[in-house]
Amino acid sequence: MSAQGLSGPGLRLDRLPRRRAVNRLMELLAWLAAAIAIAILGIVVYSVARKGWSELNLNLITKAPIPFSLTNAPQGLANAFAGSLVIVGLATAMALPVGILVAVYLNEFAPAAVRNGVGLILDVLNGVPAIVVGIFVFGLLVVGHGQNGFDGAFALACLMLPLVARATMEVLALVPNSLREASLGLGIPQWRTTLSIVLPQTVGGIVTGTVLAVARVAGETAPLLFTSSLVGTQTSWDPHHALQSIPVAIFELSESPDPADHARAWAAALVLLMFILFASLAGRWLATRSRAKMATR
Amino acid sequence: MSTTIEPTVRVETTRRQPMPPRERLETIFHVEGLDALYSGKAAIKDVTIDVYKNLVTAIIGPSGCGKSTFIRCFNRMNDLIPGFSQTGTIRYHGQDICASNIDPVAVRRNIGMVFQRPNPFPKSIYDNVAWGCRVLGMKDGLDERVERALTQAALWDEVKDRLKASGLSLSGGQQQRLCIARAIAVEPDVVLMDEPAASLDPIATQAIEQLMHELKSEYTFVIVTHNMQQAARVADMTAFFSISRGEEGKRFGELIEYDATEKIFTAPSDKRTEDYVTGRFG
Repeated sequence: MSAQGLSGPGLRLDRLPRRRAVNRLMELLAWLAAAIAIAILGIVVYSVARKGWSELNLNLITKAPIPFSLTNAPQGLANAFAGSLVIVGLATAMALPVGILVAVYLNEFAPAAVRNGVGLILDVLNGVPAIVVGIFVFGLLVVGHGQNGFDGAFALACLMLPLVARATMEVLALVPNSLREASLGLGIPQWRTTLSIVLPQTVGGIVTGTVLAVARVAGETAPLLFTSSLVGTQTSWDPHHALQSIPVAIFELSESPDPADHARAWAAALVLLMFILFASLAGRWLATRSRAKMATR
Repeated sequence: MSTTIEPTVRVETTRRQPMPPRERLETIFHVEGLDALYSGKAAIKDVTIDVYKNLVTAIIGPSGCGKSTFIRCFNRMNDLIPGFSQTGTIRYHGQDICASNIDPVAVRRNIGMVFQRPNPFPKSIYDNVAWGCRVLGMKDGLDERVERALTQAALWDEVKDRLKASGLSLSGGQQQRLCIARAIAVEPDVVLMDEPAASLDPIATQAIEQLMHELKSEYTFVIVTHNMQQAARVADMTAFFSISRGEEGKRFGELIEYDATEKIFTAPSDKRTEDYVTGRFG
């Protein structure tokens, strides 16, 4: 036994080489796992960019598609971009207030049992496959009335609701209780405390959660197939009729026999991908900023 | 052997006025048989005490004896804690404030609170004081009201040139005085202080003690403190709580002795009080 290996004030060096080797191995495995995750994203982005690059121009957003076109007249997917904007916008308008109110109720007013129960339900709702939500809204609203933009927005709102509510609950939980007590201790009612003291602290977090939820549902295809997909090629902003959307357009164009349609589908996918990337980055940035703000204030 | 406690930190404070005789004191809180429980486990048991108007009443005792729980009963702050329940009565000017038909918001409107850790709003210094007044409808002469509260809290001179700065930009001691200004700006009847000087240096502590001396003609103070010198300096009446063991060794807080501060610190009638105030506790 070497003196260094014994307990005492000196460094313990027993089995150090082995421990180092295991450490290296684990580090390498973790690094590999991270590299695989990044590589998958890289391959997706690269292949979408390569195939869609040729059609990525202003026409894609400004010109409507021309069905069975025999000329080389410029065409794009203006109807899909307009439709996505309207549908996702409406979905956000539906999901945001409800989601925030659900979170406020659960975090500020509900007893713990209700909070945990409804929280679990939100998580389950979050896990419901998008196509199931699509069928649900189809059965609820579309059957007998026909598709329209509102139905599509409602389907997306169902997907957004748990995301927004959960994100809001998380930031509400970060607001220190001492702040609530400060206000309540002055004899100020709870609703006023929530509105004027608690909620202003969470604006950054709510915006972040909403941006991420928007990014998530903007790419959803399945719910829209059921609710807002039987459309013409003209650009419309009116949600009383079925509206085209980017994911559905990509899906339909991918089945077209025309290679130019394929390229346009890839280009649209690229735009969608960029949007999600930038929205996520913006969400991250907002989250960091609001956290920094809460830490210093 | 006399067991006088001499403050180890001597701070200059106005000498305490001699307390009026007890029969001339007006009872503001009459607490009777108060049990406070967290999820059915008693934190304090069977507390009966009268708190007098325009006095400073200190609550002292070892950690875990239920001092904070007790003081938070006075303005129903414990209502916010899930699983909390209490039995017994607290009468405020004769009215039972624990009754189910009493709105805790109304109770807190009359009985303000300053917390252990300074908790200013993330608003400007001015708004920290003014917001409560505004929400509670005291909108007339708001500027004067804010100035008066900040002056009473011995903070005005330090902040008068930067009222728009964030309340969180102040130092810990200044933040605590800001919280006191916020509490007194809405003109409560009673101000509860839960270890207000726990995170403050001696100078800020002195300012707060000074403040209690000056304001007790207008308000009634109930203060929880770990610091016996502080109780000796500021309080007219002192209540000593200690931890007792019930059946099966369950620990709960209990009021051991309640008397004039002089008496508690010089001639306590209970052995446990004497042990605690002379530092022989534990």
